[in-house]
Amino acid sequence: MVADDRKYTKSHEWVMVEGSVATVGVTEYAAHELGDVVFLDLPEVGNEVARGEAVGTIETVKAVEDLFTPISGEVVETNQAVVDSPELVNNDPLDAGWLIRVRLSDAGELNQLLSAAEYEELLED
Amino acid sequence: MADPAQADLKRTPLTDWHLAHGAKMAPFAGFLMPIKYRGELAEHAAVRERAGLFDITHMGEIYAEGPAAEAWLDGLVTNRTAGIPVGKVIYTAMCREDGGTLDDMLIYRLAPERWLIVCNGANHAKIAAWTAKRARGTDGLRLDDASDRVALIAVQGPEAWQLVSRVTALRAHLPAVEALDFYTAVELRLGGSTWVVSRTGYTGERGYEIYVPNDDALALWRELLHVGADLGVEPIGLAARDTLRFELGYCLYGHELGEDISPLEAGIGWAVKLNKPGFVGRDALARQQAGGVPRKLVGVAVDGRAIARQGAGVYAAGRRVGAVTSGTFSPTLQRALALALVETAAAAGPLEVDVRDRRFPLAPTPYPFLAARVKGDPRASRS
Repeated sequence: MVADDRKYTKSHEWVMVEGSVATVGVTEYAAHELGDVVFLDLPEVGNEVARGEAVGTIETVKAVEDLFTPISGEVVETNQAVVDSPELVNNDPLDAGWLIRVRLSDAGELNQLLSAAEYEELLED
Repeated sequence: MADPAQADLKRTPLTDWHLAHGAKMAPFAGFLMPIKYRGELAEHAAVRERAGLFDITHMGEIYAEGPAAEAWLDGLVTNRTAGIPVGKVIYTAMCREDGGTLDDMLIYRLAPERWLIVCNGANHAKIAAWTAKRARGTDGLRLDDASDRVALIAVQGPEAWQLVSRVTALRAHLPAVEALDFYTAVELRLGGSTWVVSRTGYTGERGYEIYVPNDDALALWRELLHVGADLGVEPIGLAARDTLRFELGYCLYGHELGEDISPLEAGIGWAVKLNKPGFVGRDALARQQAGGVPRKLVGVAVDGRAIARQGAGVYAAGRRVGAVTSGTFSPTLQRALALALVETAAAAGPLEVDVRDRRFPLAPTPYPFLAARVKGDPRASRS
């Protein structure tokens, strides 16, 4: 069961839009697959990021993964709490474990994201 | 498994249990093995604080039997195994003529003329072939590769003795199990089965490794979880097994050891007895010792928020002098640590490491990073 209050990507990020700002995090599936997160490297506030770009790294016990932004725009906030307590990504990926907030430069990109139903289908495959 | 890539993988008697209990599975040493259950860090802590169970059936078990076994085996391994008492376990390397390491392993003397070689799963085929070739023409020696018949369950952690003492099948043999010192083992006949209970492990904690026939494995695993529920025992995947051994600086073949790495370089020179009668690799290792061991395994801490992993280049004054062999976040010490194999002359540092095109200073940090807590009375309190 995936939360239906947000959109998703095939690479297991979630995107929740409020006004012109999108909050991005990783899904519960991703959090489980990644394993325990021990360090996070997030972009600087003010950076312009482009959809699909690697904007940070997620370092786990076993591996390091790039963090891709599913949307373009200006980074307006990053979650300092997860930088200080990376386990939030594993324990509460959909809420307290959010990663970055981006002011959308192209709201049309949202149409290319998956709905909750589509993401659930992806997980079942 | 629906995944065809997993169809060729071997399964242990516990594979179905792992799958049914939500383990993340992956290929390892030709087996489909559990990597984690509820999470690497939680599992790691469970072993340090309570007790954990490991399915390590992928390990290889080869019996060597007969009047010639003692001398034959001593001629194949770097440590001294000839003359050890029945029940003793020896950690050793097995080398090529050129001193490169074929594998590291445990050798058990189960009876005067009955020995057990326990090698890494990833090297099992190689060691089986190597030992078979060198056994050819030796009278009074029989090899029996029992790997497909034997399951191996490790019980590790401060509560390991409590847990093992509650196993019904061991009840009649408890004095013998309780008397086991670190690196000793006992072979037990339980009805129609033969078990080996060994006070050994790969975690730095008090613990046991129990070798059982495949048919006994699932019942033992379930019983350990059931009787240990109040002790907080849980199953532990290979990911936590790796972080546990890493904190102790225990070598992992393919990382700290390999055919291009000698045991002297890997820091297990204490398991190389150059003064014993000849063994395969002795001359090369003696030359290396006399001429200066070219590389050295060092412990380091990464100064920065990054993990230096296997293969990361290590530099001294801008020149590459080696590479990381293992590196992770130490769950117990809460910092990024690494083992690196570097030119001996550069080992004293200062060193830097390249992580994704960024250089981080390395602080010399002697390993073991954590002190082993394996000895003493198994029942004695830690606190």
